[in-house]
Amino acid sequence: MSLLPYFVAGWLLLIGCFGVVRSRDLVHTVVCVAIAQSGTYVLLLSIGFQYGASAPVQGAPGPVVDPVVQALTLTDIVVSATVTALLLALVIQIAKRTDTVDPDELDELRG
Amino acid sequence: MSVDPSWLPPLGIAIPLVGACIVLALAKLAPRLVIDVVAMTTTVVSVGAMALLFAATSAGRVVTWVGGWTPRDGTSVGIVLAADQIGAGFALLACVLTACALSYTWRYFDDAEAHVHVLILLFMAGMVGFSLTADLFDLFVFLELMSATAYALTGHKIEEPRSVQGGFTFGVVTSLGAYFTLAGIGILYARTGQLGMPQIGAALDRHGMDALVLAALVLVLTGFLVKAAIVPFHFWLADAHAVAPTPVCVLFSGVMAPLGLYGVLRVSTTVFGGVLPAGSLHGTLLVLGIITAALGATLCLMQRHLKRMLAYSTIAHLGLFLVALATVTASGVAGAVIYVFGHAGVKGALFLMVGVLLARKGNVDEFALYCKGRDERLTKWLLPLGALALAGLPPFGTGLGKALSEESSGLIVLFVLVSAATGGAVLRASLRIHFGLGPRPDDTDVDTTKGEGEEQEGRFPQRLPATMIGAIVALLTGGLLVGLVPMEAIGEGAQRFLDRAGMLAQTLGGAPASAIGSVDVEWTWSGVVLGLLSAALAVGIGFVGVHFGLGRLRAALKTPLHVVHRLHSGHVGDYAAWLVFGMAAVGALFVIT
Repeated sequence: MSLLPYFVAGWLLLIGCFGVVRSRDLVHTVVCVAIAQSGTYVLLLSIGFQYGASAPVQGAPGPVVDPVVQALTLTDIVVSATVTALLLALVIQIAKRTDTVDPDELDELRG
Repeated sequence: MSVDPSWLPPLGIAIPLVGACIVLALAKLAPRLVIDVVAMTTTVVSVGAMALLFAATSAGRVVTWVGGWTPRDGTSVGIVLAADQIGAGFALLACVLTACALSYTWRYFDDAEAHVHVLILLFMAGMVGFSLTADLFDLFVFLELMSATAYALTGHKIEEPRSVQGGFTFGVVTSLGAYFTLAGIGILYARTGQLGMPQIGAALDRHGMDALVLAALVLVLTGFLVKAAIVPFHFWLADAHAVAPTPVCVLFSGVMAPLGLYGVLRVSTTVFGGVLPAGSLHGTLLVLGIITAALGATLCLMQRHLKRMLAYSTIAHLGLFLVALATVTASGVAGAVIYVFGHAGVKGALFLMVGVLLARKGNVDEFALYCKGRDERLTKWLLPLGALALAGLPPFGTGLGKALSEESSGLIVLFVLVSAATGGAVLRASLRIHFGLGPRPDDTDVDTTKGEGEEQEGRFPQRLPATMIGAIVALLTGGLLVGLVPMEAIGEGAQRFLDRAGMLAQTLGGAPASAIGSVDVEWTWSGVVLGLLSAALAVGIGFVGVHFGLGRLRAALKTPLHVVHRLHSGHVGDYAAWLVFGMAAVGALFVIT
């Protein structure tokens, strides 16, 4: 197993955070959060993957990939769908109430 | 008692989930009264189940392998729930606070739809699950269940721009933290092939410490530190508390944020206890706790928006809890847990009283409410009392917790000053609002968020409904009882919480629950004197604040305060940057201490 998938996972997590930091549009911010989360999918799947192994089905010949991380990834995707939908709904409300989706112009809440 | 206690932990999670489904099914059919009764009944049944569990844990840890997947030869593919007195105590606290919040909501939101009840019940299920599980991935799932319902509840008042913004910031920052936690769990699974906390702990004992395990530790702790609002992960908390509906703030401040600390200690002792040097954990948590307490107390004193003031006082107290937990001794843990319980009652009551002011006067701004609360009979006397209790006045539970925590940590000056500052700030607001003391505050400062323009929640021009008064009195009485009723169970629970070998033996080897010693959780004379000293200092801060205002103090400290305020910019990108910086800082702290 090469190290490449792990670097990709770390890169996605950090670039997602960087995107949130630099974002000028709240929809973009939500997408960056989703990208950071896809870093965790890549990480989990690459942990369980092996070359030449088949799907974890009962009776499959030879070695199988780890089913546990696949279950974790599925759970993670469900979480991601919930959180992304919720955040996008909040962005729609912010746009309706304040007529802007630029975080620099939202200054209702300060220290 | 004939109840098999191993049934109780799953029931604590299942009851609110079933209740939420029933409420949702009835939402379109039944009138509001039925919805309230069903939700209330669900909560009361949960309180009963968790009280039974708390009683059962005195005989030892209650371990449940869900679905009967018990381990064979020390390995298992099942999911384990393990409740000791501390975990069961937190679950009970979550249920009791939810009951108070629902009782207050009953008449507070006249127009609330059933989805508020559904969200609150799901939130409770998440908190109970988080306190009882001993599986790391389950911990993440319950963390997310707690978080997702919390975002929705924060943004509940969707007509209000501040409310949706606060919910959004909360959502983004907490989600990023949770993903780092998941990445850490993934790395631990790659290292050990296990997901249960005792199993990972046992595997790490054989494997030893290396850079990857340390990275996993920092990643896993990040999500919990964000939840616990430890500096520099604290930015979401004040925004979310300021805009969330008042009954929900009780849950956020009383139990959700302290549960983050519970997660930190649970993971760092059970999972990493065998490989992490005790001094390193102690040093890191101590530094984080002291900074959090100092910054929270400073910002609390500077606030005029009452809900933000209470939110920053929560941050200050979370710092104090962390300082006590950093001792990683049974007496420190017992002190912190009692402090959390007492704080939940007192702070919950204070939030609900601010909710009363919001409902009757239409805003929560200390300056705008000047002199306007003279006719409030309930809050006029209970708000100052709550402020003194927050400062640690004996015999409130906050006073007992503070006394035990300062004794075990040795940082007496920090505990006295920080608790006096938070109590003094609330007292100052109360003196201005209810008694009209001091000159009219000058309204020229632009740094802080004002409390005007908040949407009025509920309207009660004449009398307050009994359900709301009942919730306030119940919470304040609860805060008092924590200090008066002897709590040997917590002393024993703290020993058991830190008894890592016993937990591993009981969960993995099926060993019977062992008897364990206890630590003293009683008032001492020095604790009483220091509690009275804090309360007296709070009174002093309150009167000085009223008469000299923030004007001169602010003028003297203008530049540093301006910098601190500007750091809390309300910009979600800044907060995400702080999160990454904080994670690096925590990692560095672990290395150098």
